Amino acid sequence: MHNMKIESPITQDSTPIVFSAEMMTEINAVIAMFPEGKSKSALIRILHIVQTNYGWTSVPAMNTVAEILNIQPIEVYEVASFYTMFHLNPVGNYVFEVCRTGPCMIVGSDDIIAYIEEKLNVKVGGTTADGMFTLKTAECLGACGYAPVLQCQYKFHEHLTKEKVDEIIEAYRAAQFVN
Amino acid sequence: MAGRKLLIENVHIPGIETFDVYRKNGGYASVEKALKKMTPDEVVEEVKKSGLRGRGGAGFPTGMKWSFLAKPDGVPRYLVCNADESEPGTFKDRYLMEKIPHLLIEGMITSSYALGANVSYIYIRGEFMYILHILEKAIAEARANGMLGKNIMGSGYDLDLVVAPGGGAYICGEETALLESLEGKRGNPRMKPPFPAVKGLWGCPTVVNNVETIAAVVPIVNNGGEEYAKIGIERSTGTKLISASGNLVRPGVYEIEMGVSVEEFIYGDDYCRGIANGKRLKACIPGGSSVPILPAHLVTKTAAGENRLMTYESLADGGFASGSMLGSGGFIVFDEDQCIVRNTYTFARFYAHESCGQCSPCREGTGWMEKVLHRLENGHGTMEDITLLEEINKKIEGNTICPLGDAAAWPVAAAIRHFREEFEWHVTNPAEAQTRNYGLIQPRVEEIKAL
Repeated sequence: MHNMKIESPITQDSTPIVFSAEMMTEINAVIAMFPEGKSKSALIRILHIVQTNYGWTSVPAMNTVAEILNIQPIEVYEVASFYTMFHLNPVGNYVFEVCRTGPCMIVGSDDIIAYIEEKLNVKVGGTTADGMFTLKTAECLGACGYAPVLQCQYKFHEHLTKEKVDEIIEAYRAAQFVN
Repeated sequence: MAGRKLLIENVHIPGIETFDVYRKNGGYASVEKALKKMTPDEVVEEVKKSGLRGRGGAGFPTGMKWSFLAKPDGVPRYLVCNADESEPGTFKDRYLMEKIPHLLIEGMITSSYALGANVSYIYIRGEFMYILHILEKAIAEARANGMLGKNIMGSGYDLDLVVAPGGGAYICGEETALLESLEGKRGNPRMKPPFPAVKGLWGCPTVVNNVETIAAVVPIVNNGGEEYAKIGIERSTGTKLISASGNLVRPGVYEIEMGVSVEEFIYGDDYCRGIANGKRLKACIPGGSSVPILPAHLVTKTAAGENRLMTYESLADGGFASGSMLGSGGFIVFDEDQCIVRNTYTFARFYAHESCGQCSPCREGTGWMEKVLHRLENGHGTMEDITLLEEINKKIEGNTICPLGDAAAWPVAAAIRHFREEFEWHVTNPAEAQTRNYGLIQPRVEEIKAL
C-alpha cells in the first residue's frame, strides 16, 4: 500500500462539497462514539460513509471531511491512500474485488478472474463501457474456507463458479443486490 | 470423535444471534458471575490458571499480558479487541462474530471488568462491514438489557463498547498498527517499547486481544481456569478454532480440543474428511500464510516419526528445519496438483502489497521477492534467483519494526527448504512453467504414496 497513488488535488476541483443532512447525521453519530478531542478516530468510518454515498472517495469530499474533523486535508489524504478499500478515482456502479491470494488461488481464483474479464470485456483495474462494473483484485478477504470469493461493495459472494459469476452479474445488472 | 466445544457449541440454535435466545442458553453468565461474585484480580487469576494463549497467532499467555497492564491513577485503561482478521487462511473470527456475536460482547464485558476498562473497542477489518452491523445490533441489545452502560447488573461497574472499522490493510492486525488505525491514522506499527500495556490507545495503558481469545474468557470464568486447562496437552490448553481451507472435502471453521492429531483433523469424519476430488496431500500450511509450509511427509508426522498434533508445541516440533507453527489456526491444505512456486508467489505478492512501507528491508525486500518469484513462476528465472531469494530473506528477517517482514520472509524460506526441486524445475522447464502445467510437477510423489 506504500505504492498507492492518489490523483493530485491539482487535477481535481478541490472545493469542498456539501454533504447531505442524512450523511451529516451519520457522521456526527460516529464522531460521538469517541472521547472529546479524539474525533480523528472517526476518520476511517467517515470515509466509508463518503464512499457509500458517492461511490468513490474524491478530493473535494476528503476536504469536506477535513473541515468536519478540523484536521488538515493531508491527514485525510494520507489515510485514504493507505487503506485499499478507498477508491481514489471514479469507479463503476459496482466494484468487483476478486480475492487472488493463496487459499483462493489454489481453488481456482485465476480462472474466475479470467472469466470475469472475458464476460465483462474489461481487464483488471478497468471499468465497463457502460460504467456499470469495475473489476479489481484483492489480497485475502478473510473468507478462505468459502473460496473463491469476491466482494462487491460490502457484500461477499462465495464458492464462485463460472455459473455463479453469470448469476451475480445478471443480478447486479437487474439491481437485485443492494449494497 | 469430536471433542468438546466451548465457543461455537450453540451456533446452530435458531436465533442465537439475538440477546434473548443467547441469554436463555446460558449467555452472559460470566458477566453475572464476574461482576457479582469476583474481583477484577480474581478474573485475571482464572485466566492465568487457564493457560489461555493469544489466539491471534503469537500464542502469548493472555493472563500474563493482562497482568502487564499499567494502572496509573486517573488514567483510563482500554481493552481493544483485534477483529482485523486478515492473515491469509484465517476466517474463524468472522464465523464466530457472525454466528454468535453475543459471545464476543459477553467476553468483552467480562474482560473489560477484569482490566478496569470503562470504554472498550472492537476494531474490525473494513471488509467485514456487515459484521460490524451485526455487532452493533448485539451491543444495542446488550445495552437495552442492562449488560452495558452505567451500573451493569447493579454492580457499580460502567462500560461502553464501540466498534470501529478499518479500511483494508493487513498490517492493522499488528497491535500497534491497529492502535494507530483506531486513532484515525495510517497503520504504521510503532516501535516497542513502550508496549501498549504501558502506552497504547491515545497514550493510555491498553490490552489488545484477538476475538477468539476474548471469547474464550467466557467459558474460563464460567467453569474456572482449572477446568479449561484440563482440556489439551502441555502448554496448549483449551479449545481452538481452526479455519480449514484449500483442497479439502469439507473446508470450514472447526473448534478442536487442543491435541487432536493432524491426521484426524485432515481425514476424520468430524473434521475435513480428507483431500478433495480423491487427490493426495502435497503440503500444508497449518497456521496462516506467515508460518512455514510443511511437505506431506512432515504434516501428519514429525521428523522423528511421532504423530503430529494440533498443539502449539507439536506443530513447532523440529523448529524451522522440519516444523511449523499453530499461528492463527489458518490451516491451508494443498493437493498434489498445486504448484508451490505459484503459491509462494501469491503470498509474496500479498506481503509486498501489505507492507506499510515504513522499514526499508520490508518495503524493498517484499517487492524484490515478489518480482523474483514472479520471474521464476513464469519460467524466466535462473538458479541464482533461488539463492537471491534466500539472501533477501536474511536481510529482511529481524530487521524491521514489526513482524510483517519475518512473516513475509519465513514462508519463502520454508518453501525453498522443502520444495527446492520444484523451484529448480521452473528454471529447467521454462516452457512447462509458462503453461502452468502443474500436473508435471510431482517430485515427492513417492513420499505422498507412502502416507
